[in-house]
Amino acid sequence: MLAAAAWFIVSNTAANLESRHIASGFAFLRREAGFEIGERFFIAYDSAGSYLRALAVGLANTFKVALPGIALATAVGTLVGLCRLAKDPMLRGLAAAYVEFVRNVPLLVQLFFWYTLFTQLPPPREALEPLRGVFLTNRGIYFPLAGSVPVLDRFNFSGGGSLSPEFATLLVGLTLYTAAFIAEIVRAGVRAVPRAQTQAALALGLQPAAATRYVVFPQAMRVIVPPLASQYLNLIKNSSLAVAIGYPDLVSIANTTINQTGQAIEGVAVIMAVYLTISLAISAFMNWYNARLGRR
Amino acid sequence: MRRFIAPILLVLLAWKGLLPFVEWAFVDAVWRPDAAACRAARGACWGFVAEKLRFMLFGTYPFDEQWRPALATGALIALWVLSGFRRCWKPWLPIAWLAGLALIGMLMWGGFAGLAYVDHERWGGLALTLLLTTFGIALAFPLSIALALGRRSALPVVRGLCVAYIELIRGVPLISLLFMASVMVPLFLPGGMGIDKLLRAQLALILFAAAYLAEVVRGGLQAIPRAQYEMADALGLRPAQKNLYVVLPQALRIAVPPLVSTIIGFFKDTSLVTIIGLFDLLQAVKVSLQEPAWVGFGTEAYFFVALVYFAFCFAMSRYAARLEKAPSAPPSAPLSALP
Repeated sequence: MLAAAAWFIVSNTAANLESRHIASGFAFLRREAGFEIGERFFIAYDSAGSYLRALAVGLANTFKVALPGIALATAVGTLVGLCRLAKDPMLRGLAAAYVEFVRNVPLLVQLFFWYTLFTQLPPPREALEPLRGVFLTNRGIYFPLAGSVPVLDRFNFSGGGSLSPEFATLLVGLTLYTAAFIAEIVRAGVRAVPRAQTQAALALGLQPAAATRYVVFPQAMRVIVPPLASQYLNLIKNSSLAVAIGYPDLVSIANTTINQTGQAIEGVAVIMAVYLTISLAISAFMNWYNARLGRR
Repeated sequence: MRRFIAPILLVLLAWKGLLPFVEWAFVDAVWRPDAAACRAARGACWGFVAEKLRFMLFGTYPFDEQWRPALATGALIALWVLSGFRRCWKPWLPIAWLAGLALIGMLMWGGFAGLAYVDHERWGGLALTLLLTTFGIALAFPLSIALALGRRSALPVVRGLCVAYIELIRGVPLISLLFMASVMVPLFLPGGMGIDKLLRAQLALILFAAAYLAEVVRGGLQAIPRAQYEMADALGLRPAQKNLYVVLPQALRIAVPPLVSTIIGFFKDTSLVTIIGLFDLLQAVKVSLQEPAWVGFGTEAYFFVALVYFAFCFAMSRYAARLEKAPSAPPSAPLSALP
């Protein structure tokens, strides 16, 4: 039955591809892409570059937003998670409100919300300047970088570093969303260390900070790391929502490629293969990590 | 010194964040559906939400017939609430679901007893979001049980296929599955035979949900003590009977709290159908914002959508938390089963 279904699908696909004059196979990757990519990172590209190169730029863009996102989400998440364990009821309440609100609203809605905010900023001539040298405009965020300071030209700022509204939206959205999940993981991890451990450390004469650093933290890490790794993976997968706001990540470039060449099967296969590789790499790392913990 | 940090932070936050927000959202807000007044005011334009509410709830469903999606939505929510009571976890519940879903489908499509036929291309808004979620979970659930049992099967081929399926789906982003449904599936079918976009997306959502639910069910299966299996064997039950009468009833009860979490995640994920152009709640809002009179009120619109999603998800997550705390609740399944 399975074989019959497979034959049905394959024969239909072949007939459809032929009637639409689409050549199957990955040969199109070498052809000229012919579209511009607004944002590049690490890999040189212009519209004369091949599809393969365009996809590579997309993958680099995915990492360009995912890696800082992972670092920031870990920092914010840990802070919020510790706030949820604080003695102060107000601080605890605030952290809880943040976590509950962010976790219960779809990431896509949050991204649209941030994108609206970032594109509703004033034009470069009336840029907001919250800190000296940092300019918020509807064309992006400009800030001093490596000794160079953004200066207003006729139409826009030049010099310094800049973040496009799309990149800023994606980074802020992914960071705040994932941080809420990481906060819960950190909280559960610290809670999982029995109270007696802290008491014993204090009884041994350790300072509270040292007790946290040397006794609670290493034990909490065992509980925290596995779900944390899956949150990192989620962040990378969620960065594919870039396609909804027009940030040129792997998925949105693959999508453009599909629309131009009609090679849907190959395009979707590329997306899936890349994400599967990333996810298998992370699970291989987790297995290695758990095995290492088991030995000790 | 340290005990002052939190109050100072809080006062700063209230002064810098909360006060302007209250001013924006309430004091300076415009509540009438009047775009000109909205542009003149400094505050939020809730008039937009008032004007577009029916559209956000039901999309392009014929205006005079909108009592039908309203009734269907009510019935959907009633099914969910009913399933929340421990008292109702009986064999009749799946039958009630089947009957309920059939009735909802009949009500939405119509075409009998004087009800005008409404094609599903015109379904939309919050009603569509809830329909996609409910039909997605309801159809993925049996599949997920099969996958979870298959993953524990003694036959290597069955086990391998189930593991490969679950890991493949969980390893790729949902959007790639939706692309697959919207651009790839049409290539698989013979020329004349078209399944339209909504059904293809629903299919992709079902396949996606099944992989995640399967891991939750597997968590429940793993929590069943070996002795239960052995006793069932000793009683001479056949494998099917063993699963149906001994293993599954216990495993599913254990799996309810993580199941609810997965359902919350799935409900949020249905918003991705916006990207392939289906008319769910989020897309209805985006389309409303494209109307020239209302361009530029995205902040209000997305804030409102966020509140709607929050209301549903928060209610479900409170319910799951209460189940976990309930004294009669069995130990929760391993958290690693969660997405």
